[in-house]
Amino acid sequence: MLTVKDLHASVEEKEILKGINLQVNPGEVHAIMGPNGSGKSTLSTVIAGHEDYEVENGSINFDGEDLAELDAEERAHKGIFLSFQYPVEIPGVTVTNFIKTAINASRKAQGLEDMPANEMLKKIREKAALLEIDSKFLSRSLNEGFSGGEKKRNEIFQMAMLEPKLAILDETDSGLDIDALKIVANGVNKLKSKDNAVVVITHYQRLLDYIVPDFVHVLYNGRIVKSGTKELAHELEAKGYDWIKQEHA
Amino acid sequence: MAYTEEELKKELETKEYEYGFYTDIESDTFPVGLNEDIIRAISKRKEEPEWMTEWRLQAFAAWKEMEEPEWANVHYEKPDFQAISYYSAPKKKDKYNSLDEVDPELLETFNKLGISIDEQKKLAGVAVDIVMDSVSVATTFRDTLAEKGIIFCSISEAIKEHPELVRKYIGSVIPPKDNFYAALNSAVFSDGSFCYIPKGVRCPMELSTYFRINQAGTGQFERTLVIADEGSYVSYLEGCTAPSRDENQLHAACVELIALDDAEIKYSTVQNWFPGDKEGKGGVFNFVTKRGICHTNAKISWTQVETGSAVTWKYPSCVLKGDNSIGEFYSIAVTNNFQQADTGTKMVHLGKNTRSTIISKGISAGKSQNSYRGLVQVNPRATNARNFSQCDSLLMGNDCGAHTFPYIEARNNSAQIEHEATTSKIGEDQIFYCNQRGIDTEKAIALIVNGFSKEVLNKLPMEFAVEAQKLLEISLEGSVG
Repeated sequence: MLTVKDLHASVEEKEILKGINLQVNPGEVHAIMGPNGSGKSTLSTVIAGHEDYEVENGSINFDGEDLAELDAEERAHKGIFLSFQYPVEIPGVTVTNFIKTAINASRKAQGLEDMPANEMLKKIREKAALLEIDSKFLSRSLNEGFSGGEKKRNEIFQMAMLEPKLAILDETDSGLDIDALKIVANGVNKLKSKDNAVVVITHYQRLLDYIVPDFVHVLYNGRIVKSGTKELAHELEAKGYDWIKQEHA
Repeated sequence: MAYTEEELKKELETKEYEYGFYTDIESDTFPVGLNEDIIRAISKRKEEPEWMTEWRLQAFAAWKEMEEPEWANVHYEKPDFQAISYYSAPKKKDKYNSLDEVDPELLETFNKLGISIDEQKKLAGVAVDIVMDSVSVATTFRDTLAEKGIIFCSISEAIKEHPELVRKYIGSVIPPKDNFYAALNSAVFSDGSFCYIPKGVRCPMELSTYFRINQAGTGQFERTLVIADEGSYVSYLEGCTAPSRDENQLHAACVELIALDDAEIKYSTVQNWFPGDKEGKGGVFNFVTKRGICHTNAKISWTQVETGSAVTWKYPSCVLKGDNSIGEFYSIAVTNNFQQADTGTKMVHLGKNTRSTIISKGISAGKSQNSYRGLVQVNPRATNARNFSQCDSLLMGNDCGAHTFPYIEARNNSAQIEHEATTSKIGEDQIFYCNQRGIDTEKAIALIVNGFSKEVLNKLPMEFAVEAQKLLEISLEGSVG
């Protein structure tokens, strides 16, 4: 599904990613871990297609298609979803209006008519229930005055509504208390299928107790320096990142 | 993202003014210039009574002594008032009995604007009085209104048929000497709308008027007078579009609202005069005086969406004369390219327990300058007056400006006045967030701008709100890289 080959990317002429290789297949859950500043968020942002990031070398392939020439919204239309570490506020635009606009934009790109209102409503109710979201929440302005937990839950709600093929969750656990973490993880697990894939980016093992990865990768200094199974995450939890840093100093 | 900055700039440059066409209709136009003879001729042409002619001449005498105001935050080449023709009427037979008799080209113009009379007739509950250049050419639904005793006609007709009302109220809120442009308008106004709602009557439909500048080099000077008698209610809609021209066109209108005891007037405007081209050439100068007076327990609401004009100078105001009266001002002003807008309101609290609310949303893009200028004045007798003002500015790009000039004069210690102001910028992070959800940049801007303007859009009548949203999108197309 996703094939990243020797990816080098820079922002403001500073190279952040220095040759990333990653293969994600349908039905898999990958975790990308690593210390601060290792390039985790940059990787997700580059895959999503932020134009401020320059791909210097290598390629990103999604469902057999090179993404290099595709804008962020076109990548979204193909089924790539990024749950933001810091979701932005859009005052005056309700959660419902925003998700409606997003869904219909993707449908339009696929040559489909707008989703009928009753269908939309049904879907919103269903997904809100899945994530234990109160209906009042849906009429609030997007992320405006939301707590950290509400923002993250809203991201996963959008993911549930958009049903992406590939979901990248960037530090979704930060700002979540343990109850909210369980609800979010539970939602992600319920949305998982053999046809879609999840990439979880996180500092800590905690989230991986609930969203169990098939593969764990350690990103350090712009490269994936170690890959393994979920045991690797436990090892990192126990030993910290220092031994990785020493190995690759 | 959907566009690079260069592509966006290019697209903006190639975008022509949507309603920029010119209709070739034989017009009956006066020679250029302004003097007493011209004013007498206008008055005579309109078969006005002597008192009206005199009123115009007095206004002209006052105007000659006045200077064009310079305090607004706008810069432009002053119009040559002697190079303007002050009267232009589409040529016509005496009166139309049906649409068939109207110049087919004129009807075609209305069709292009999407406001064909046929369509308008079908639109449930909207009566239309269309001002084409200076003379009303069609009035519909008048019979329905007449049953309720509502008078809705051109001001020229009102002067002839309801002189007692016009004579009593014209200039009562905006005296001819009020300001330079009001004096000019009082001297030369060509036509406009008149509306009277009798005591206790609730006007059953939204009244609307479409204005349009058509004749090159012809200034347009509408005069609107709305009188809501005791306990009555009316919602009035005004919308404007204009074809593109090379030279600047002057538009100096006056709108007077009178809300007698317990009456309510809701006055909504969508303004889309030609804003000038990408170099800031051409475009309409919009110097408008709008003011309403509220008697006891009365209420006046101004709602405006301003997207057009090269230069805008406009402050719809409320004089809260009666006790417990209410004034409201809800405004969205959009400027793009080289547009300049200096707009806001005056709330003058004279009566006890008077309340006013001001919500102003300014959106600036391109190299434009957008200013809010507002005055809240509480006079000594106005015990327990309250005001709430909120001025929000949204900036797009780095070359535009947003300015806020709030003035407060409180001469009564019991006054409560609140003022809130914010300035924000459409962020690249907001755009990227929308892009990531599959929403392209143009649509993302529309979404963000509509969200920003929501409090004001919500105040517009339904059919106008839709039109206004479209206008916002059109006005800001291609304005962020």
